[in-house]
Amino acid sequence: MKAVEPPTLAIEGVSHRYGMRQALIDVTFSVPPSTFTVLLGLNGAGKSTLFSLTTRLYAIQHGRIRIFGHDIARQSSEALRMVGIVFQPRTLDIDLSVAQNLMYHAALHGIDKQTARARSNDVLARLHLLDRADDKVRNLSGGQTRQVEIARALLHWPRLLLLDEPTVGLDIKSRANILEHVRRMVEEGISVLWATHLIDEVTVDDHVILLHQGRVLAAGTAARIVELAGARDIRSAFIRLTQASEAADEVS
Amino acid sequence: MSTEAITYQARTGFTALQYGVCLKGIIWREGLRFLHQRERFVAALVRPLVWLFIFAAGFRQVLGLSIIPPYDTYILYEVYITPGLMLLIQLFNGMQSSLSMVYDREMGNMRTLLVSPLPRWFLLSSKLIAGMAVSLPQVYTFLAIAWFWEIEPPPIGYIAVLPALILCGLMLGALGMLLSSVSKQLENFAGAMNFVIFPMFFASSALYPLWRVREGSPWLYYVCELNPFTHAVELVRFALYGQVNWSSLAVVTGCTALFMVGAILAYDPSRGLLARRGEP
Repeated sequence: MKAVEPPTLAIEGVSHRYGMRQALIDVTFSVPPSTFTVLLGLNGAGKSTLFSLTTRLYAIQHGRIRIFGHDIARQSSEALRMVGIVFQPRTLDIDLSVAQNLMYHAALHGIDKQTARARSNDVLARLHLLDRADDKVRNLSGGQTRQVEIARALLHWPRLLLLDEPTVGLDIKSRANILEHVRRMVEEGISVLWATHLIDEVTVDDHVILLHQGRVLAAGTAARIVELAGARDIRSAFIRLTQASEAADEVS
Repeated sequence: MSTEAITYQARTGFTALQYGVCLKGIIWREGLRFLHQRERFVAALVRPLVWLFIFAAGFRQVLGLSIIPPYDTYILYEVYITPGLMLLIQLFNGMQSSLSMVYDREMGNMRTLLVSPLPRWFLLSSKLIAGMAVSLPQVYTFLAIAWFWEIEPPPIGYIAVLPALILCGLMLGALGMLLSSVSKQLENFAGAMNFVIFPMFFASSALYPLWRVREGSPWLYYVCELNPFTHAVELVRFALYGQVNWSSLAVVTGCTALFMVGAILAYDPSRGLLARRGEP
């Protein structure tokens, strides 16, 4: 009998607060295997908090997060080795070269030098950055820096890629390139959770989680959310749903 | 990408070799950063050399030293302060490493380390070991220069002092790491460093023997006795002459363990001070 594969990412009833401020309220959703899932929300919606909880930068206060069945609180090693992460702030060492940054990341995953070098060349070639391997990160453009961060996130062969607003501050061409590369990875079997507030990055086939003021307002394909909201497109659906939520909050 | 990348397999645990690769990688990165900051190396050497060449030259006429262990004869003041200056290098290095941790936290680089699947206690311990490793060539370079200034411990001392330097480097690095966890901003930590480095250095046996301190101020003597830096200095002083100061060894070992546990707890997401502030 074939074993049932556990869900890629399962967020179950997660709540989080910073002092008196409630950042996440009973957030529940899952990322289906081999999908491009968009975590859509305005600034301050709770996307980065959710990423920090998923990667165990913060301890979970309420609820549970599982990555391929591994509880991030109890089996963080098993869970984290399945995940590639691109954080919202730039996290490369700008004084080191591209290759040195990748080698350092590989070491943090226990990958030996020879394997790391081969994989490093492989991912850099895929992202058309092989010729920049020896350049210091401080000499790269914003788009290239992001591409290197994605290359780094892929180095340990993760099965789930988490990207927190990876295209913010980039020009249109760089944004399109990054989106194209990441969407291609989904075709190769990697699941992607793409956090953004940029609605134009969502396509009708994407799986969308609409996060607003720490709550999940809707989840499903973009087309389904548009239909449920009775809107003409995802932008209108987003506005309609968030306004309805705020109105409900004011009443209560 | 290879199909190996997308084939589900429950990988559990890490081998000793993988832990070794990780430790080596962290030391390598710390070394690279150090090499990129040549000014840091020069500053690390100039500071104790100024004390040795200028301060000690002036004080040798003022401050008389009786014969105290581990010395079995009268010694020059320069000889007396050398262990303290070696530790001064390590103290600054420990604080500098921690300063770079605060910088990494502000710039986001720290996340790279903290989201590694290896256990966090191991990552932080490796970071400490890396910081300590960087301090060793600095100390030995200082000793090499000091040799031309008639600071000539027995040859065995150069080897015997290594374990003492490793232990003291870990203690001072762990103290810095602990302090970095409570400091929210780079500027705050840079300021806090002054409140740690100078009192620790001056209220110790680095510049004058404690019997002299007791003559001048009994309460300061007790402060010096309680200062772990005093014990680090004495551990290195004895080791440099091939001897072991057991009480200092016990204090330094205890403090290293205490500071390391404190730093690891402080960086723990569920218990640490960072978690309470809501930052990695």
